[in-house]
Amino acid sequence: MTTLTEAPPKASAVLGEPKKKRNLLPYILLAPGVLWLVIFFLIPIFTAVSASVQTGSLDMGFKVTWNWANYSATFSTYNTEIVHSLIYSVACTVICLVLGYPLAYFIAFRGGKWKNLLMALVIAPAFTSFLIRTIAWETILSDHGTVVRIMTDLRITNLMDHLGLITGNHVLNSPFSVVFGMVYNFLPFTVLPLYTSLEKIDPRLHEAGRDLYCSGYRTWRYVTWPLSLPGVIAGTLLTFIPAVGDYINAYMLGSPNTQVIGQVIENEALRDVFGYPIASAMGVILTFGTLAIVLAYVKKAGSEDLL
Amino acid sequence: MTKTFDWIKAHTLLFVSTLIFIFLIAPNAVMLLFSFNQPANKYNFIWNRFSTNAWKNPCASSDMCSSIKLSVTIAIIAMILSTVLGTMVAFAMMRYRFRGRTFLNVLLFLPMAAPEVTMGITLMTFFFNTTGSNSLGFGTIVIAHVMFSLSYVVVTVKARLAGMDPTLEKAAADLYATPIQTFRRVTLPLVMPGILAAALLSFALSIDDYIITVLTAGNEVTFPMYVYASFQHSVPAQIDVIGSTMLLITLAGITFAQVPQIIKTRKA
Repeated sequence: MTTLTEAPPKASAVLGEPKKKRNLLPYILLAPGVLWLVIFFLIPIFTAVSASVQTGSLDMGFKVTWNWANYSATFSTYNTEIVHSLIYSVACTVICLVLGYPLAYFIAFRGGKWKNLLMALVIAPAFTSFLIRTIAWETILSDHGTVVRIMTDLRITNLMDHLGLITGNHVLNSPFSVVFGMVYNFLPFTVLPLYTSLEKIDPRLHEAGRDLYCSGYRTWRYVTWPLSLPGVIAGTLLTFIPAVGDYINAYMLGSPNTQVIGQVIENEALRDVFGYPIASAMGVILTFGTLAIVLAYVKKAGSEDLL
Repeated sequence: MTKTFDWIKAHTLLFVSTLIFIFLIAPNAVMLLFSFNQPANKYNFIWNRFSTNAWKNPCASSDMCSSIKLSVTIAIIAMILSTVLGTMVAFAMMRYRFRGRTFLNVLLFLPMAAPEVTMGITLMTFFFNTTGSNSLGFGTIVIAHVMFSLSYVVVTVKARLAGMDPTLEKAAADLYATPIQTFRRVTLPLVMPGILAAALLSFALSIDDYIITVLTAGNEVTFPMYVYASFQHSVPAQIDVIGSTMLLITLAGITFAQVPQIIKTRKA
């Protein structure tokens, strides 16, 4: 898993120039995988665009009627859910970065021989069920739990209630618990690329900073931070993308007041016979919306080597 | 006073990291603990009393066990397919010149840059429009899982290929090994760790997936779908037993993977 976000270190330099043979072999090797992605990833996007302007029902069949109303209906009916998805995923990405950076920094520079083991511990939970671990938070954050009792005693719940993060002394079923669950589930996605880029930084650069009378903060700000930027970009993207479409946390740790766009898509697609063109419309909006955000972000951050 | 301050400053990072580790580990500990709970009601959310019941009868709900069987079958098939196809793509990308490299890069990047729910809904729409709504089921789940894990396999195997010493293959060629012999005896063994990591990754991605699966599953119920649905009516302790088993297998795997390294450091 550590290799996941490692950019191949200058392939041409390591391997010499790729062989200059022009034969059929590469195309034969590429064909099955590429066809799979074209047929089952690329074409469905176009099918969804066409489906999103259809009307009809499951029994009678659907026809393309250029029913753009599906789009306007999406925005007018589900604007709250769209706003929720955006706020939660941005909040989750920012918090993951704030928590993930010190952790990745600690493992990379203070981990010593335990580095790999610590990273394995960060990733290990990702190999057990996402849903079951989210259910476990239901237990930890429940009104009967110790955590909530301590938070109530310390008046933290009071403060959070005032900020509108939770209602009363109930931590669960609130925007707070939804974002909390998302941060928990997506933190490894932030830490992994951050660690990969921090680990490559020569620790002697820190010594050099200190020798030149740089304060700890300034060394970090002017040496470490710029060098870790590729990791920051990859980490925030790897967190934001799944977070914006996620609805498991909103469903399990939230309430009907914290519905997100993903939930609506699933409901429209599976539980409503007339809903699937609307679901397609929302899918199209989410696909191109996310893509636009990601491209704008990558362009602004100026990093091309994401793969 | 400054001494205390310095001590705090020196240990803040350690303290913060420990807290985050506790945060990451807490739900796993709770899951392990609650697999030994005898829940008072249908929801295994509140500690009642210690019991090994759930571990003794993991299949108390036969629906759950058949859903696990389905999930494992799907994960194995999807793992084999995506590993084979992805490894082929990675080799072609690292070793050959071909037209359309930019298109390929974009094509591989997009599935990783698209939220799951959009891939699920577009794929569902695609099957509706081509093969009809009755076609959703086992086959379509496998198709979807191979689709979303393929890019991760390519990235992982490519990274391993990039880190390989190319002189070894040249040496094999110098020693009159045929290209096929070189591939089988030299290249493949060297790339194997990358291929295995990719296979593990795609297995893990597949067995835990809910969102794309639910949209392409038709009437099939995989284990994550069972857990999600059970959340509405009852959460038996058996769910935690399965989660704990997955956790223990993962931890055993990590320990196993560390052994060679520990031996290496001991010797050195």
